[in-house]
Amino acid sequence: MEANERQKQAYKALIKTRTPPRPILRNAWRAFLVGGLFSLLGEGFMNLYTGVFHLEVKEAGPLTSATMIFLGAFLTAIGIYDKIGQWGGMGAALPITGFANSIVSPAMEFKREGLVLGVSAKMFTIAGPVIVYASLTSVIVAAVKLLLKGG
Amino acid sequence: MAGKRLGRETVFLANPPAIVGAATVAGPMEGKGPLGEYFDVVTEDTLLGEKTWEKAEVKMLQEAVELAMKKAEVQTGDIDFFLAGDLLNQIIASNFVARKISRPYLGLYGACSTLAEALAVGAMLIDGGFARYVLAGTSSHHDTAERQFRYPTEFGVQRPPTSTWTVTGAGAFVLAEGGHGPLITHVTVGKVVDMGQKDPNDMGSAMAPAAAETIWQHLQDTGRRATDYDLIVTGDLGRVGKPITEVLLKKAGYDLSPVYNDCGIMIYDPNQDTHAGGSGTACSALVFGGYVLKEILAGRYRRVLLVATGALYSPTSAQQGESIPGIAHAVAIEAADVVDIP
Repeated sequence: MEANERQKQAYKALIKTRTPPRPILRNAWRAFLVGGLFSLLGEGFMNLYTGVFHLEVKEAGPLTSATMIFLGAFLTAIGIYDKIGQWGGMGAALPITGFANSIVSPAMEFKREGLVLGVSAKMFTIAGPVIVYASLTSVIVAAVKLLLKGG
Repeated sequence: MAGKRLGRETVFLANPPAIVGAATVAGPMEGKGPLGEYFDVVTEDTLLGEKTWEKAEVKMLQEAVELAMKKAEVQTGDIDFFLAGDLLNQIIASNFVARKISRPYLGLYGACSTLAEALAVGAMLIDGGFARYVLAGTSSHHDTAERQFRYPTEFGVQRPPTSTWTVTGAGAFVLAEGGHGPLITHVTVGKVVDMGQKDPNDMGSAMAPAAAETIWQHLQDTGRRATDYDLIVTGDLGRVGKPITEVLLKKAGYDLSPVYNDCGIMIYDPNQDTHAGGSGTACSALVFGGYVLKEILAGRYRRVLLVATGALYSPTSAQQGESIPGIAHAVAIEAADVVDIP
């Protein structure tokens, strides 16, 4: 049986009153906490590389990113990042550690389907769209910049 | 032929087949749940020494099937039909177990309603005189389901409160003509019901209308009241779908509340952080095969209506904007001494 539009709307209204709402405040607070902690950690590495190792900010930046990517990948590999993600939500997904998790987790998951059709083919199933649209956006922004300011 | 039909959509089994053997194999998380002690086997981990989750699921179903036959004291060669299904693409867990069993096999797909589908078809095969022994089995595995339907298991995504947790486990049942055990007396095969629900993280409200429809149809056809059953138990509607089903049936004039429960709610403790409860093909298999059947044998329940519910969800159709159709099949089970065998 396929419901008509009126029945669908009535049902939608019914389930709206019956489904538990997402705990938005709690999620936001946890996202702030987890995202903030990752950022703080990144900031710590940045200070370490510039302060202790006397690197230029320009060099320390990518190094910090690489460190955080390693950290995200490592926490994924030992099976912790999914738990951080469940607790911290967007706070775990948005930082670069989350990006690492989105690539490492399918790579791990599809190891059993082989290195070609498994790991490498599935690696970017989640991160792929991010990479595509980030690249596209960067091209558009660069083009706009070129038009407005000239080479 | 007409003698076996009751009302519009219910089949009355004049020679009710008995469930002569049942076995349940549960994952560790299910073993820690409130029904843990009812399961025959609780595995230590979810891989069972195998290299892949899929192989582990096959192993669970294989173990359940062997144990059920052992309990029923039948050999593989006695089985006239093997009916099985699971959640994986091309129902591979069932296919690989069927490969090993090597008996006439019908693979079924009804998502999480498959257990009731298998019991219904098996019961009709026996009642019709086409089989003496039917083996029915279903399995599901949290990790095989996650990686197929949703995200890689290690992906750090937040599950919303309406989401359910796929049960890891398998259940198998041997049905026999005129054997000793709880009897399958009625079968109401469900219709696909789609109320336009599209959220893949909320299967409970996608399935609730189908559950309500099948229960309503069954009660109409049999002329029974809800309280004619000691227990009406739906498959995996969870904490979201169960109250919706109750509301829908109340509107239709049936108050289920005194006898109604849901396997998805029963299988896990709320502290196990599954959100809306358990789901999956094994959810009703574990609760029915472990808890319900044992309680029927212990005399606590005398008449039970099992309504396994399935969300016929496909990531492909969902991505193409289709809503999620639901289905529910009802099977009435009675303690042997309740039934008046003509």
